[in-house]
Amino acid sequence: MSARPIATTRSAAGMPTGRLAVWWVIASEIVIFGGLLGSYVMFRLGHDAFADQAAHTNTWIGAFNTFVLLTSSLFAVLGHKAADAGDGRRAARMLYLTAAGGMIFLTAKAFEWTTEIQHGFTISAHTFWSFYYTAAGLHALHVVAGIVIMLIVAAQARKNLELQRVELIGLYWHFVDVVWIFLFPLLYIAK
Amino acid sequence: MTSQQAHDSHLETAAAEPHVHHGNYVRIWVILVVLLVASVLGPMLGHPIVTLVTAFGIAIVKAYLVAKNFMHINVAPRFVGYLVATCLLFMLLFFAGTAPDVMRLEGTRWEKPGWIEANRSHEAGSRAATGH
Repeated sequence: MSARPIATTRSAAGMPTGRLAVWWVIASEIVIFGGLLGSYVMFRLGHDAFADQAAHTNTWIGAFNTFVLLTSSLFAVLGHKAADAGDGRRAARMLYLTAAGGMIFLTAKAFEWTTEIQHGFTISAHTFWSFYYTAAGLHALHVVAGIVIMLIVAAQARKNLELQRVELIGLYWHFVDVVWIFLFPLLYIAK
Repeated sequence: MTSQQAHDSHLETAAAEPHVHHGNYVRIWVILVVLLVASVLGPMLGHPIVTLVTAFGIAIVKAYLVAKNFMHINVAPRFVGYLVATCLLFMLLFFAGTAPDVMRLEGTRWEKPGWIEANRSHEAGSRAATGH
């Protein structure tokens, strides 16, 4: 009998424990991002002066990054589909494409932030920019974590190992996508 | 664990749960991209209601499409939905509990001079821009 991780085989809650754990992570992340975005909305609605600062964010880069994350989510779910079919090599290819999407997102964000900081919009320039860098920065940290985990899972999936993890990292990635779906209108469109 | 054992393990896990129907994901992605374009173009019309609907209404629809079609939350056990809903409820409670103070500029024996000044400057700038 082989020694398998309990998260792989145990299903006491009606779903594999690994997936249950990811949903717990997502639930806790809702509280973290929810608190941050809720605070931003309070300040934005209560203080008209925020609009002057929000006018300086680049809507086109924000839209491009939304497109990139939506596309990377498509690759993540196609990886899940391939893993369910037992095709580890295709699942790995899809995860590599998802990770590439994450890297493009971070590259665009680095370019965007560099431009903004060069124009004097630093984290301490105004409360709006404090929220902007904190929310987008926390989100970017989640993108970095997702890319690292995805590359590890893809390397295993390529050898047809631990294919159930393809779905788990996909779940996390879709959540990161959903957070950005709300960050985009808040930071780039409501001007 | 060998590759075959891992594969068997995966099938064993999958067999213990409701079957996830893999639909046409590319179609969902196309819908999401069309909604993204609408959310960018809508606010350009400059109408506050259109901006609210296209920016935030569409964001809610996009999040729903991702949660339902990519995260398959609709086939997860019911407690997952309750778990997510509870966290969203706590977010609303937090908002309702703190917004009355945060969103006001002054109250009984307190005020936010920095924000009052910032809002005055904003209003003056708006008046200058519109010529009123």
